[in-house]
Order: sequence, then structure tokens, then C-alpha cells
Amino acid sequence: MSAQAAIERAFRRDAARAIATLARALGDLGAAEDAVQEAYLIALERFTDGALPANPAGWIVTTARNRAIDRIRRERVGQAKLERLAALEAIAPPDSPEEDAVIPDDRLRLIFTCCHPALALEARVALTLRALAGLGTEAIAAAFLIPVTTMAQRLVRAKRKIRVATIPFAVPRETELADRLDGVLTVIYLIYNEGHAPRADGGALREDLCAEALRLAALVAQQLPAEPEALGLYALLLLTDARRATRTDAAGDLVLLADQDRARWDQQAIARGLRVLTRALRSAALGRFGLQAAIAAEHDRAPTAAATDWAAIVHWYDLLCALDDSPVVALNRAVAVAMARGAAAGLALVEELAADERLAQYHLLHATRADLLRRLDRHAEAAPAYRRAFALTRNPAERRFLERRLAETSAPDQD
Amino acid sequence: MEYVALIYTDEKQFETLPPAEQQAIFAEYGAVTEGFRTAGVYVDGRPLQGVDEATSVRLRDGKTVITDGPFAETKEHLGGFYLFECPNLDEALRYAAKIPGARYGTVEVRPVMPM
Repeated sequence: MSAQAAIERAFRRDAARAIATLARALGDLGAAEDAVQEAYLIALERFTDGALPANPAGWIVTTARNRAIDRIRRERVGQAKLERLAALEAIAPPDSPEEDAVIPDDRLRLIFTCCHPALALEARVALTLRALAGLGTEAIAAAFLIPVTTMAQRLVRAKRKIRVATIPFAVPRETELADRLDGVLTVIYLIYNEGHAPRADGGALREDLCAEALRLAALVAQQLPAEPEALGLYALLLLTDARRATRTDAAGDLVLLADQDRARWDQQAIARGLRVLTRALRSAALGRFGLQAAIAAEHDRAPTAAATDWAAIVHWYDLLCALDDSPVVALNRAVAVAMARGAAAGLALVEELAADERLAQYHLLHATRADLLRRLDRHAEAAPAYRRAFALTRNPAERRFLERRLAETSAPDQD
Repeated sequence: MEYVALIYTDEKQFETLPPAEQQAIFAEYGAVTEGFRTAGVYVDGRPLQGVDEATSVRLRDGKTVITDGPFAETKEHLGGFYLFECPNLDEALRYAAKIPGARYGTVEVRPVMPM
């Protein structure tokens, strides 16, 4: 590994904590990033063999802090200047990379800032990836398929609002924690889903998004172990990610859960996910993430698709529907009902949902309806529903899947 | 850090309320204002006369154009404001949420530019 690659790796691992600590002291995320960037340049210059001192996290925080202090000293005198200097001087650099396993660290504060509801949702997602996952602006832009300049502007605007409106770098107080935590978890969930959505382009970058979402979910769950939804989301991501390798085939096409090679599922991730879920179940009634984790766990636990406990899955969906009246959740429940009680029972629910205007343009409603009709041997009705689903999705992998099904249902009966 | 909380409400809707309810809302404003003072965040705060009393002024090509009415014809109008002194946005939002107008209208919180 070149010296630069070694230093880059150290920064990739530890810069987020340094940025978080400085941002809290400065009340300014942009200035914190600048200071850590300066520390990076100093490291390149000083450690030409690529070897940072024994405690790289401590070195980065101390160096970045000193750069920030120098910079503020050069500014005009003012009360705000003295306050920021005092806050910077009070920073205690971490002793070791993992010493903060239990104490809420600055990264937790920073994630609440980045996911603050006063920021636009897209900005929250981008800021979290930039500041906490250390992803470059170009990488984030590429992963979300938007121009780099748009992404850069979005980040600058969000950082400016944090500074000018004084969005605090703090974990919200007890009375607001549940609400605000939900916002944080939603952002992490969106990051994961973005990485998980099948897309031909940006493959490696999208895997990065999944990995970063998992790391962030682990961080929040570790730092807020009494929050069932923090555990629920972490369990959900572990239990979902365990199946990532079998989710698409070599051509990038979606493989249905029933057709996936279960021997290739990541048993270690499943075991960890189940442990985290058990902790969530012990603490309180499950929330929307915990319930989705419970559903994922039922799939992961089944040694074969036929052994899936669909009655249990319907039970979890009943609880989920009570919390979330989204028609998409109801559609997923209908699929589970079809598996537990037969295609006809599922189709009856889907027909009810088909009357919901919110789902009229949703390709999965039509794809599900088509699939249930096909299973009931009502091919003449299934074909137009497949066509409707096909017309509503742009995703090439999903389109190829629907095309195959359409060919099957449109073909003259073989038997 | 100073924040202004701009209270946007539908005054026509307010006027249709029974007098006793209007009174109750005025009393509530009095109570929350007292709460803001006790908490040490209150700097200023006033209700405005209705938009029927609003006059808009624009200077165009050196000429002053005066028109009857508010800046924009919308359902909800600026009906009053508070000025808070708070350490950060979260605190300002917490107090803004106590303003009765937040229940039936919208309270816009803006940081005041330091001069």
C-alpha cells in the first residue's frame, strides 16, 4: 500500500469522529471539515512512510483542533471568537479508537444534527453520508445519480443553515428523543434502501451505501441501547443484508426469496441480527423497524422457502399495519396472507387495495395481482396486469422479470 | 442568538369563532407570553392589526406606488410575532411550538441577523 493510501485509510476510519468533535466545539460543520482536511494534508507531508502515530484518531483530532485554533486566532476579536477558542481548547482527544463504546460520543450528536428536521430530507441523507460516513461529494452524487454541482450546493446550503440558524450539535432531550430518533433512523434506512435498490449503474458505490448504513445503524444502536427502534433498525439491516449475495443473479436480475440459494446467506449476520432483535423484543413493544426486522427474521430462520412460517409473518404484518396505514404495507401483508391462507385470500385483499388511488401507479400492486391470478390459473386476467406493471417500472431488472412472466402467461397452454 | 417567530394564521377563520373562544385564545396568548418571560427567552412580541388595515408600498421607476392590502393574497397572513433570545434552534422551536397559532396556523422561525 502506498503512503497516501495508508493515510487515506486511517482518515476514512477516524475522520468522522474528529469532524464530529470539532463541529460540536465550533458549532460549524464546514469549518470542522476544513480543519480535518488540513490535518490530512499535514499527515501526507509529515508521514511520508504512511505510518501515522500509534493513536491515529488522537493525532487527527489534536492536529485538526490546532489548525482550527490557529485559524480562529487570526480572525477579528470578538466574544464569539473567545467562546469557540475555549471550546476547542477543552477538547480531549480520544485515547484509542474504540474507547467510546458506551459513552455517547460526538458522532451521535452529529448524526442528530445532520438528520435535523429543519433540513430538507435529501440534505439530511447527503450530509449524513458526507460527515459521518466520510463519502466524498462526488461519490454521493454518483450514488444518487445527480450532478456533482447539485450535490455540492445541497451540502453547502445545509451546512450554512446549521451554522446560521444554530442547529445544535446535541442529542435531543428525553421528551424529544423518540421523535427525533425516528428521523435519524429513517435517514439511515433510506441510505440502505438506496444502496439496496437493484440498479445496473454505480454497483460498487451502492454497496458502499449499504455498508455505511449498517455502520451507522450499529453506531446508533450501540450508543442508544435502551431505544427499541434503534435496535430494531440495526436488526432489520443485518437480517436483510445477510441475503444480499443471493438477491440478484449474475445478470443483475432479481431472484425471488423462494428461489434464493439459502446456503449462501450470511449466517453470522443472521445470528447477530437475531440477537439484536431479541434485545429489542425484550425492551418494549416493537416499532415499525423492529416489526420489519421480525418479518425478515422469519425468512432468515426458515431452512427452505417451504418451511417459512407465513402465519407468524401475517401476525407481524397485522401489528405493522396497526402502526403504519401505508397501502404499501397493506400490499405486503396481502402477499403474506396469500402464502398463509391461499392465493384466493390474498387476491381478495389485493382487489380491495386496487381501489386505493395511491396505489394506482404502483407497479408492485399490479405485479402482485398478476402473480396471484397466475397462481389461480386465471392467465387471461394475469397477462394484462403484468403488462400494466411492466409499463409502470423503469428498473431494467424488474422489467426483465415481468417480461418472462408475461411470456409464460401469454403462451398457449402446454398441457 | 435571536430568533423571530412569525405567526401566520387565517384571520377570517378566527373571526368566525364564537366570542368566548376568541377570548380564550387571547387569554392563552397572555399565558404563554408570561411563560416566555419567566423562561427568560422573551425579547418582544406583538399581535398585528388585520390585513384589512394593511397598506403596501413599492417604489417603481422612482414613483411610490401605494396599494391597499397585504404583500400577497394568501389565506394565511402574518398576524403577529415573538422575538426570542435562545441558545439554539431547538430551543427556539420548542418555544415556538407553544404559540397558540402553531395549532391552527403556521409559525415560521427565522434567526435574526446579528448586527
